[in-house]
Amino acid sequence: MQHYIMNLTLKVWRQRNASDAGHFETYPVEGISSEMSFLEMIDVLNEKLLKEGKEPIAFDHDCREGICGMCSMYINGRPHGPWHNNTTCQLHMRAYQDGDTIVIEPWRANSFPVIKDLMVDRGAFDRIIQAGGFISVNTGSAVDANAIPVEKEKADYAFAAAACIGCGACVAACKNSSAMLFVAAKVSHLALLPQGHPEKKKRALSMVAQMDKEGFGACTNTGACEAVCPKGISIENIARLNREYMMAGLAENE
Amino acid sequence: MKWSALFNSSVGRKWTMGLTGIFLILFLIVHVGLNACIWAMDGGVMFNKAAHFMGANVVPRLLELGLFAGFLLHIIQGWSLELTNRAARKKGYAVSMGNKGSKWYSRSMGILGTLLFLFLVMHLAHFWVPSRITGLKPVLIDGKEFHNLYGEMLSVFQGNLIVVVLYTIGCISLAWHLMHGFQSAFRTLGVSNPRYLRIIESAGVVFSIVISMVFALMPISMYAGWIK
Repeated sequence: MQHYIMNLTLKVWRQRNASDAGHFETYPVEGISSEMSFLEMIDVLNEKLLKEGKEPIAFDHDCREGICGMCSMYINGRPHGPWHNNTTCQLHMRAYQDGDTIVIEPWRANSFPVIKDLMVDRGAFDRIIQAGGFISVNTGSAVDANAIPVEKEKADYAFAAAACIGCGACVAACKNSSAMLFVAAKVSHLALLPQGHPEKKKRALSMVAQMDKEGFGACTNTGACEAVCPKGISIENIARLNREYMMAGLAENE
Repeated sequence: MKWSALFNSSVGRKWTMGLTGIFLILFLIVHVGLNACIWAMDGGVMFNKAAHFMGANVVPRLLELGLFAGFLLHIIQGWSLELTNRAARKKGYAVSMGNKGSKWYSRSMGILGTLLFLFLVMHLAHFWVPSRITGLKPVLIDGKEFHNLYGEMLSVFQGNLIVVVLYTIGCISLAWHLMHGFQSAFRTLGVSNPRYLRIIESAGVVFSIVISMVFALMPISMYAGWIK
Protein backbone atom coordinates (compact mmCIF):
# COMPACT_ATOMS: atom_id res chain seq x y z
CA MET A 1 0.00 0.00 0.00
CA GLN A 2 1.27 3.40 -0.94
CA HIS A 3 2.44 5.65 1.87
CA TYR A 4 0.89 9.11 2.01
CA ILE A 5 0.73 12.16 4.24
CA MET A 6 -2.55 13.75 5.26
CA ASN A 7 -3.99 16.74 7.05
CA LEU A 8 -7.03 16.13 9.20
CA THR A 9 -9.55 17.94 11.36
CA LEU A 10 -10.29 16.32 14.71
CA LYS A 11 -13.34 17.08 16.81
CA VAL A 12 -12.49 15.74 20.23
CA TRP A 13 -14.61 15.55 23.38
CA ARG A 14 -12.85 17.52 26.15
CA GLN A 15 -14.06 17.21 29.72
CA ARG A 16 -11.96 18.34 32.67
CA ASN A 17 -13.38 15.85 35.17
CA ALA A 18 -16.44 13.79 35.99
CA SER A 19 -18.47 16.80 37.10
CA ASP A 20 -17.50 19.07 34.18
CA ALA A 21 -20.18 19.44 31.47
CA GLY A 22 -17.66 18.89 28.66
CA HIS A 23 -17.60 20.13 25.06
CA PHE A 24 -16.15 19.40 21.64
CA GLU A 25 -12.88 21.06 20.67
CA THR A 26 -11.69 21.22 17.06
CA TYR A 27 -8.03 20.57 16.26
CA PRO A 28 -6.33 20.67 12.87
CA VAL A 29 -3.57 18.02 12.65
CA GLU A 30 -1.01 18.16 9.88
CA GLY A 31 1.52 15.84 8.33
CA ILE A 32 -0.01 12.58 9.53
CA SER A 33 1.53 9.47 7.97
CA SER A 34 -0.77 6.76 6.64
CA GLU A 35 1.49 4.27 8.45
CA MET A 36 0.73 5.71 11.88
CA SER A 37 -1.68 4.08 14.25
CA PHE A 38 -4.69 6.10 15.40
CA LEU A 39 -3.21 6.50 18.88
CA GLU A 40 0.12 7.65 17.44
CA MET A 41 -1.82 10.32 15.59
CA ILE A 42 -3.31 11.43 18.95
CA ASP A 43 0.22 11.33 20.41
CA VAL A 44 1.35 13.75 17.68
CA LEU A 45 -1.53 16.07 18.53
CA ASN A 46 -0.76 15.83 22.28
CA GLU A 47 2.94 16.70 21.67
CA LYS A 48 1.76 19.76 19.81
CA LEU A 49 -0.69 20.70 22.59
CA LEU A 50 2.07 20.31 25.21
CA LYS A 51 4.42 22.56 23.22
CA GLU A 52 1.67 25.17 23.09
CA GLY A 53 1.28 24.88 26.85
CA LYS A 54 -2.18 23.33 26.57
CA GLU A 55 -3.62 20.33 28.40
CA PRO A 56 -3.09 17.13 26.36
CA ILE A 57 -6.07 14.89 25.56
CA ALA A 58 -6.49 12.14 28.15
CA PHE A 59 -7.20 8.70 26.67
CA ASP A 60 -6.84 5.10 27.80
CA HIS A 61 -4.21 2.84 26.26
CA ASP A 62 -1.74 0.24 27.41
CA CYS A 63 -0.38 -2.58 25.24
CA ARG A 64 -1.10 -1.00 21.83
CA GLU A 65 -1.16 -4.56 20.48
CA GLY A 66 -4.93 -5.04 20.47
CA ILE A 67 -4.99 -7.44 23.40
CA CYS A 68 -5.27 -5.49 26.65
CA GLY A 69 -8.70 -3.91 26.23
CA MET A 70 -7.67 -0.49 27.53
CA CYS A 71 -8.14 1.64 24.43
CA SER A 72 -11.64 2.86 23.76
CA MET A 73 -12.77 5.92 21.73
CA TYR A 74 -16.00 6.17 19.77
CA ILE A 75 -14.77 7.30 16.36
CA ASN A 76 -17.16 8.78 13.77
CA GLY A 77 -20.12 6.94 15.23
CA ARG A 78 -18.46 3.59 15.83
CA PRO A 79 -16.58 2.15 18.83
CA HIS A 80 -12.94 1.43 17.89
CA GLY A 81 -13.40 3.11 14.50
CA PRO A 82 -14.35 1.81 11.07
CA TRP A 83 -12.43 -1.46 10.84
CA HIS A 84 -14.01 -4.83 11.64
CA ASN A 85 -12.69 -6.98 14.55
CA ASN A 86 -10.27 -4.25 15.50
CA THR A 87 -9.24 -2.13 18.48
CA THR A 88 -8.54 1.60 18.31
CA CYS A 89 -4.81 1.02 18.83
CA GLN A 90 -4.72 -1.28 15.81
CA LEU A 91 -6.67 1.16 13.65
CA HIS A 92 -4.20 2.75 11.25
CA MET A 93 -4.36 6.09 9.54
CA ARG A 94 -4.59 4.50 6.09
CA ALA A 95 -8.28 4.16 6.99
CA TYR A 96 -8.50 7.93 6.35
CA GLN A 97 -7.92 10.34 3.50
CA ASP A 98 -6.41 13.80 3.40
CA GLY A 99 -8.97 16.40 4.50
CA ASP A 100 -11.14 14.01 6.56
CA THR A 101 -12.90 15.17 9.71
CA ILE A 102 -12.87 12.70 12.58
CA VAL A 103 -15.20 13.03 15.57
CA ILE A 104 -13.90 11.30 18.69
CA GLU A 105 -16.14 10.71 21.72
CA PRO A 106 -15.76 8.68 24.90
CA TRP A 107 -17.86 5.54 25.54
CA ARG A 108 -21.29 6.79 26.57
CA ALA A 109 -23.18 4.93 29.30
CA ASN A 110 -24.23 5.92 32.80
CA SER A 111 -22.33 2.88 34.06
CA PHE A 112 -19.13 4.15 32.38
CA PRO A 113 -18.77 7.67 33.79
CA VAL A 114 -16.21 9.90 32.08
CA ILE A 115 -13.09 10.42 34.19
CA LYS A 116 -11.49 12.90 31.83
CA ASP A 117 -11.74 13.65 28.10
CA LEU A 118 -11.91 10.26 26.36
CA MET A 119 -11.24 8.20 29.48
CA VAL A 120 -14.12 6.41 31.16
CA ASP A 121 -14.32 4.42 34.38
CA ARG A 122 -14.93 0.79 33.44
CA GLY A 123 -14.77 -0.40 37.05
CA ALA A 124 -18.30 -1.77 36.65
CA PHE A 125 -16.80 -4.59 34.55
CA ASP A 126 -14.30 -5.41 37.30
CA ARG A 127 -17.10 -5.62 39.85
CA ILE A 128 -19.09 -7.95 37.57
CA ILE A 129 -16.03 -10.23 37.31
CA GLN A 130 -15.56 -10.08 41.08
CA ALA A 131 -19.18 -11.20 41.49
CA GLY A 132 -18.51 -14.57 39.87
CA GLY A 133 -16.29 -14.49 36.80
CA PHE A 134 -13.80 -16.93 38.20
CA ILE A 135 -13.38 -20.51 39.38
CA SER A 136 -12.47 -21.36 42.98
CA VAL A 137 -9.46 -23.71 43.09
CA ASN A 138 -6.85 -24.48 45.66
CA THR A 139 -3.58 -22.97 44.63
CA GLY A 140 -0.55 -25.19 44.40
CA SER A 141 1.53 -26.60 41.61
CA ALA A 142 0.01 -26.35 38.16
CA VAL A 143 -2.31 -29.18 37.19
CA ASP A 144 -1.22 -31.37 34.29
CA ALA A 145 -2.64 -29.85 31.11
CA ASN A 146 -4.56 -32.93 30.03
CA ALA A 147 -5.70 -34.12 33.46
CA ILE A 148 -9.29 -33.09 32.70
CA PRO A 149 -10.56 -34.14 29.27
CA VAL A 150 -12.29 -31.33 27.38
CA GLU A 151 -14.36 -31.87 24.24
CA LYS A 152 -12.60 -30.16 21.31
CA GLU A 153 -15.70 -28.32 20.12
CA LYS A 154 -16.47 -26.97 23.59
CA ALA A 155 -12.86 -25.96 24.08
CA ASP A 156 -13.07 -23.97 20.83
CA TYR A 157 -16.31 -22.23 21.85
CA ALA A 158 -14.89 -21.50 25.30
CA PHE A 159 -11.72 -20.10 23.75
CA ALA A 160 -13.70 -17.89 21.37
CA ALA A 161 -15.65 -16.50 24.34
CA ALA A 162 -12.49 -16.13 26.43
CA ALA A 163 -11.06 -13.84 23.75
CA CYS A 164 -13.12 -10.99 25.30
CA ILE A 165 -10.74 -8.25 26.46
CA GLY A 166 -13.41 -6.36 28.42
CA CYS A 167 -12.95 -3.10 26.51
CA GLY A 168 -16.65 -2.16 26.75
CA ALA A 169 -17.24 -1.50 23.04
CA CYS A 170 -20.38 -3.68 23.31
CA VAL A 171 -21.82 -1.32 25.93
CA ALA A 172 -20.76 1.72 23.92
CA ALA A 173 -22.45 0.42 20.75
CA CYS A 174 -25.64 -0.89 22.35
CA LYS A 175 -28.65 1.41 22.21
CA ASN A 176 -29.55 0.10 25.68
CA SER A 177 -26.00 0.38 27.07
CA SER A 178 -26.30 -3.33 27.81
CA ALA A 179 -23.29 -5.26 29.07
CA MET A 180 -24.78 -8.60 28.05
CA LEU A 181 -22.13 -9.48 25.45
CA PHE A 182 -19.37 -8.98 28.01
CA VAL A 183 -21.15 -10.93 30.76
CA ALA A 184 -22.21 -13.60 28.26
CA ALA A 185 -18.63 -14.05 27.07
CA LYS A 186 -17.36 -14.49 30.63
CA VAL A 187 -20.20 -16.83 31.68
CA SER A 188 -19.94 -18.89 28.47
CA HIS A 189 -16.19 -19.21 28.67
CA LEU A 190 -16.40 -20.84 32.09
CA ALA A 191 -19.75 -22.65 31.71
CA LEU A 192 -18.47 -24.54 28.66
CA LEU A 193 -15.48 -25.98 30.51
CA PRO A 194 -15.57 -28.70 33.17
CA GLN A 195 -13.57 -26.48 35.54
CA GLY A 196 -16.37 -23.93 35.45
CA HIS A 197 -19.20 -26.40 36.03
CA PRO A 198 -19.36 -26.61 39.85
CA GLU A 199 -20.08 -22.87 40.19
CA LYS A 200 -21.97 -22.23 36.98
CA LYS A 201 -25.40 -21.56 38.51
CA LYS A 202 -24.10 -19.24 41.18
CA ARG A 203 -21.88 -17.52 38.62
CA ALA A 204 -24.68 -16.73 36.16
CA LEU A 205 -26.98 -15.47 38.93
CA SER A 206 -24.38 -13.29 40.67
CA MET A 207 -22.88 -11.80 37.52
CA VAL A 208 -26.29 -10.81 36.10
CA ALA A 209 -27.32 -9.42 39.51
CA GLN A 210 -24.17 -7.28 39.60
CA MET A 211 -24.67 -6.22 35.97
CA ASP A 212 -28.20 -4.99 36.81
CA LYS A 213 -26.92 -3.26 39.93
CA GLU A 214 -24.36 -1.35 37.87
CA GLY A 215 -27.20 0.11 35.80
CA PHE A 216 -26.56 -1.46 32.38
CA GLY A 217 -29.65 -1.88 30.17
CA ALA A 218 -31.29 -5.12 29.07
CA CYS A 219 -30.42 -6.92 25.82
CA THR A 220 -32.77 -6.55 22.85
CA ASN A 221 -30.69 -8.68 20.45
CA THR A 222 -30.01 -5.86 17.97
CA GLY A 223 -26.54 -7.25 17.25
CA ALA A 224 -24.71 -3.89 17.43
CA CYS A 225 -22.37 -5.30 20.11
CA GLU A 226 -21.27 -8.23 17.97
CA ALA A 227 -20.69 -5.91 14.99
CA VAL A 228 -18.20 -3.71 16.87
CA CYS A 229 -16.56 -6.31 19.14
CA PRO A 230 -12.80 -6.20 18.43
CA LYS A 231 -12.57 -9.88 19.32
CA GLY A 232 -15.56 -11.03 17.28
CA ILE A 233 -17.44 -12.40 20.30
CA SER A 234 -20.63 -13.97 18.97
CA ILE A 235 -24.07 -12.87 20.11
CA GLU A 236 -24.87 -16.59 20.49
CA ASN A 237 -23.15 -16.29 23.84
CA ILE A 238 -25.96 -13.99 24.97
CA ALA A 239 -28.53 -16.67 24.21
CA ARG A 240 -26.40 -19.08 26.23
CA LEU A 241 -26.29 -16.65 29.15
CA ASN A 242 -30.09 -16.22 28.97
CA ARG A 243 -30.44 -19.99 29.22
CA GLU A 244 -27.82 -20.45 31.94
CA TYR A 245 -29.32 -17.66 34.02
CA MET A 246 -32.94 -18.75 33.86
CA MET A 247 -32.15 -22.44 34.31
CA ALA A 248 -30.04 -21.53 37.33
CA GLY A 249 -32.75 -19.30 38.74
CA LEU A 250 -35.59 -21.76 38.19
CA ALA A 251 -33.74 -24.89 39.28
CA GLU A 252 -31.84 -23.51 42.24
CA ASN A 253 -32.02 -25.55 45.45
CA GLU A 254 -33.51 -28.44 43.51
CA MET B 1 -33.56 -17.20 44.30
CA LYS B 2 -37.09 -15.90 44.64
CA TRP B 3 -39.20 -15.88 41.48
CA SER B 4 -39.93 -12.20 42.02
CA ALA B 5 -36.21 -11.38 41.94
CA LEU B 6 -35.66 -13.70 38.97
CA PHE B 7 -38.41 -12.15 36.84
CA ASN B 8 -37.45 -8.62 37.88
CA SER B 9 -33.86 -9.05 36.67
CA SER B 10 -32.99 -7.74 33.21
CA VAL B 11 -32.79 -11.29 31.83
CA GLY B 12 -36.01 -12.33 33.58
CA ARG B 13 -37.90 -9.36 32.19
CA LYS B 14 -36.70 -10.26 28.71
CA TRP B 15 -37.87 -13.84 29.31
CA THR B 16 -41.35 -12.51 30.01
CA MET B 17 -41.16 -10.60 26.71
CA GLY B 18 -39.99 -13.70 24.84
CA LEU B 19 -42.58 -16.05 26.35
CA THR B 20 -45.50 -13.67 25.85
CA GLY B 21 -44.15 -12.81 22.39
CA ILE B 22 -44.23 -16.45 21.29
CA PHE B 23 -47.68 -16.85 22.86
CA LEU B 24 -48.92 -13.86 20.84
CA ILE B 25 -47.32 -15.31 17.69
CA LEU B 26 -49.32 -18.50 18.26
CA PHE B 27 -52.45 -16.39 18.71
CA LEU B 28 -51.77 -14.68 15.36
CA ILE B 29 -51.79 -18.09 13.65
CA VAL B 30 -55.21 -18.92 15.15
CA HIS B 31 -56.52 -15.44 14.34
CA VAL B 32 -55.36 -15.41 10.73
CA GLY B 33 -56.69 -18.95 10.18
CA LEU B 34 -60.15 -18.18 11.52
CA ASN B 35 -60.38 -14.89 9.67
CA ALA B 36 -59.41 -16.53 6.40
CA CYS B 37 -62.95 -17.98 6.45
CA ILE B 38 -64.08 -14.65 4.97
CA TRP B 39 -62.66 -15.91 1.68
CA ALA B 40 -64.98 -18.94 1.64
CA MET B 41 -67.17 -16.84 -0.75
CA ASP B 42 -70.32 -18.05 1.02
CA GLY B 43 -71.64 -14.70 2.17
CA GLY B 44 -69.90 -15.04 5.51
CA VAL B 45 -71.64 -18.24 6.68
CA MET B 46 -68.45 -20.12 7.56
CA PHE B 47 -66.85 -17.04 9.12
CA ASN B 48 -69.89 -16.28 11.30
CA LYS B 49 -70.01 -19.90 12.47
CA ALA B 50 -66.31 -19.81 13.35
CA ALA B 51 -66.76 -16.48 15.18
CA HIS B 52 -69.74 -17.95 17.01
CA PHE B 53 -67.66 -20.92 18.18
CA MET B 54 -64.94 -18.58 19.46
CA GLY B 55 -67.51 -16.52 21.34
CA ALA B 56 -69.75 -19.28 22.70
CA ASN B 57 -67.41 -22.14 23.58
CA VAL B 58 -65.88 -22.07 27.05
CA VAL B 59 -62.36 -23.06 25.93
CA PRO B 60 -61.77 -20.09 23.60
CA ARG B 61 -63.34 -17.79 26.19
CA LEU B 62 -60.85 -18.98 28.80
CA LEU B 63 -58.03 -18.64 26.27
CA GLU B 64 -59.26 -15.12 25.63
CA LEU B 65 -58.55 -14.25 29.26
CA GLY B 66 -55.04 -15.64 28.81
CA LEU B 67 -54.71 -13.60 25.64
CA PHE B 68 -55.60 -10.37 27.41
CA ALA B 69 -53.11 -11.20 30.16
CA GLY B 70 -50.46 -11.98 27.51
CA PHE B 71 -51.07 -8.72 25.69
CA LEU B 72 -51.01 -6.65 28.88
CA LEU B 73 -47.82 -8.30 30.15
CA HIS B 74 -46.09 -7.88 26.78
CA ILE B 75 -47.14 -4.23 26.41
CA ILE B 76 -46.46 -3.08 29.98
CA GLN B 77 -43.19 -4.99 30.30
CA GLY B 78 -42.14 -3.74 26.86
CA TRP B 79 -42.71 -0.12 27.75
CA SER B 80 -41.08 -0.53 31.12
CA LEU B 81 -37.98 -2.13 29.54
CA GLU B 82 -37.85 0.60 26.91
CA LEU B 83 -37.79 3.25 29.66
CA THR B 84 -35.10 1.43 31.68
CA ASN B 85 -32.98 0.90 28.59
CA ARG B 86 -33.27 4.49 27.41
CA ALA B 87 -32.37 5.74 30.88
CA ALA B 88 -29.11 3.73 30.86
CA ARG B 89 -27.45 6.39 28.67
CA LYS B 90 -28.29 9.91 29.84
CA LYS B 91 -25.66 11.60 27.67
CA GLY B 92 -25.85 10.42 24.06
CA TYR B 93 -23.42 10.52 21.14
CA ALA B 94 -22.92 13.43 18.76
CA VAL B 95 -22.50 11.01 15.86
CA SER B 96 -25.03 8.21 15.97
CA MET B 97 -24.09 4.68 15.02
CA GLY B 98 -27.20 4.36 12.87
CA ASN B 99 -27.40 1.18 10.83
CA LYS B 100 -23.72 0.29 11.29
CA GLY B 101 -24.23 -3.06 12.97
CA SER B 102 -27.95 -3.28 13.64
CA LYS B 103 -31.19 -3.09 11.69
CA TRP B 104 -33.45 -0.06 12.16
CA TYR B 105 -36.43 -2.23 13.09
CA SER B 106 -34.47 -4.07 15.79
CA ARG B 107 -33.84 -0.69 17.41
CA SER B 108 -37.45 0.46 16.94
CA MET B 109 -39.37 -2.27 18.77
CA GLY B 110 -40.76 0.23 21.28
CA ILE B 111 -42.13 2.54 18.59
CA LEU B 112 -43.40 -0.32 16.41
CA GLY B 113 -44.98 -1.87 19.51
CA THR B 114 -46.66 1.43 20.40
CA LEU B 115 -48.08 1.67 16.86
CA LEU B 116 -49.38 -1.87 17.30
CA PHE B 117 -50.91 -0.92 20.64
CA LEU B 118 -52.76 2.00 19.01
CA PHE B 119 -53.90 -0.35 16.26
CA LEU B 120 -55.08 -2.84 18.88
CA VAL B 121 -57.22 -0.23 20.63
CA MET B 122 -58.89 0.67 17.32
CA HIS B 123 -59.26 -2.98 16.35
CA LEU B 124 -60.88 -3.95 19.68
CA ALA B 125 -63.26 -1.00 19.39
CA HIS B 126 -64.23 -2.11 15.87
CA PHE B 127 -64.89 -5.77 16.54
CA TRP B 128 -64.34 -7.02 20.07
CA VAL B 129 -66.51 -4.40 21.79
CA PRO B 130 -69.57 -4.93 19.54
CA SER B 131 -69.31 -8.73 19.54
CA ARG B 132 -68.80 -9.10 23.31
CA ILE B 133 -70.39 -6.00 24.87
CA THR B 134 -72.63 -3.75 22.79
CA GLY B 135 -74.04 -6.51 20.62
CA LEU B 136 -74.23 -7.25 16.90
CA LYS B 137 -77.14 -7.60 14.50
CA PRO B 138 -78.28 -11.22 14.22
CA VAL B 139 -78.24 -13.18 10.97
CA LEU B 140 -80.09 -16.41 10.22
CA ILE B 141 -77.95 -19.35 9.12
CA ASP B 142 -79.78 -22.70 8.63
CA GLY B 143 -82.67 -21.31 10.67
CA LYS B 144 -80.40 -20.52 13.64
CA GLU B 145 -79.49 -17.04 14.87
CA PHE B 146 -75.83 -16.00 14.69
CA HIS B 147 -74.03 -12.72 15.36
CA ASN B 148 -73.33 -11.13 12.00
CA LEU B 149 -69.64 -10.35 12.57
CA TYR B 150 -69.07 -10.73 8.84
CA GLY B 151 -71.60 -7.99 8.18
CA GLU B 152 -69.81 -5.86 10.77
CA MET B 153 -66.52 -6.34 8.91
CA LEU B 154 -68.13 -5.29 5.64
CA SER B 155 -69.63 -2.19 7.23
CA VAL B 156 -66.28 -1.23 8.84
CA PHE B 157 -64.19 -1.67 5.71
CA GLN B 158 -66.43 -1.06 2.69
CA GLY B 159 -66.20 2.53 1.56
CA ASN B 160 -63.91 3.51 4.47
CA LEU B 161 -60.57 4.15 2.84
CA ILE B 162 -59.09 5.73 5.99
CA VAL B 163 -59.88 2.66 8.10
CA VAL B 164 -58.39 0.38 5.43
CA VAL B 165 -55.23 2.52 5.32
CA LEU B 166 -54.95 2.48 9.14
CA TYR B 167 -55.31 -1.32 9.15
CA THR B 168 -52.64 -1.60 6.47
CA ILE B 169 -50.29 0.58 8.54
CA GLY B 170 -51.04 -1.69 11.50
CA CYS B 171 -50.12 -4.76 9.42
CA ILE B 172 -46.89 -3.16 8.18
CA SER B 173 -45.92 -2.32 11.79
CA LEU B 174 -46.70 -5.93 12.69
CA ALA B 175 -44.43 -7.21 9.90
CA TRP B 176 -41.43 -5.15 11.08
CA HIS B 177 -42.14 -5.89 14.75
CA LEU B 178 -42.18 -9.63 14.02
CA MET B 179 -39.18 -9.42 11.70
CA HIS B 180 -37.06 -8.73 14.78
CA GLY B 181 -39.31 -10.13 17.50
CA PHE B 182 -39.76 -13.65 16.13
CA GLN B 183 -36.08 -14.62 16.19
CA SER B 184 -35.24 -12.39 19.15
CA ALA B 185 -37.77 -14.23 21.33
CA PHE B 186 -36.01 -17.53 20.74
CA ARG B 187 -32.58 -16.02 21.44
CA THR B 188 -33.92 -14.53 24.66
CA LEU B 189 -35.29 -17.92 25.71
CA GLY B 190 -31.84 -19.38 25.19
CA VAL B 191 -31.61 -20.92 21.72
CA SER B 192 -27.90 -20.52 21.00
CA ASN B 193 -27.32 -23.33 18.50
CA PRO B 194 -26.35 -21.65 15.20
CA ARG B 195 -28.08 -24.30 13.10
CA TYR B 196 -31.44 -23.82 14.81
CA LEU B 197 -30.99 -20.05 14.90
CA ARG B 198 -30.61 -20.00 11.13
CA ILE B 199 -33.83 -21.99 10.71
CA ILE B 200 -35.65 -19.75 13.21
CA GLU B 201 -34.41 -16.59 11.49
CA SER B 202 -35.59 -17.75 8.07
CA ALA B 203 -38.91 -18.96 9.46
CA GLY B 204 -39.31 -15.59 11.19
CA VAL B 205 -38.84 -13.61 7.99
CA VAL B 206 -41.33 -15.78 6.09
CA PHE B 207 -43.81 -15.72 8.98
CA SER B 208 -43.61 -11.93 9.39
CA ILE B 209 -44.24 -11.25 5.72
CA VAL B 210 -46.90 -13.89 5.09
CA ILE B 211 -48.97 -13.34 8.21
CA SER B 212 -48.97 -9.54 7.89
CA MET B 213 -49.81 -9.71 4.20
CA VAL B 214 -52.73 -12.08 4.73
CA PHE B 215 -54.06 -9.86 7.51
CA ALA B 216 -53.69 -6.75 5.36
CA LEU B 217 -55.51 -8.45 2.48
CA MET B 218 -58.64 -8.86 4.62
CA PRO B 219 -59.69 -5.19 4.80
CA ILE B 220 -58.23 -4.57 1.33
CA SER B 221 -60.23 -7.34 -0.32
CA MET B 222 -63.42 -6.18 1.41
CA TYR B 223 -62.80 -2.58 0.37
CA ALA B 224 -61.97 -3.57 -3.19
CA GLY B 225 -65.05 -5.75 -3.42
CA TRP B 226 -63.13 -8.95 -4.14
CA ILE B 227 -65.42 -10.83 -1.77
CA LYS B 228 -69.08 -11.09 -2.53
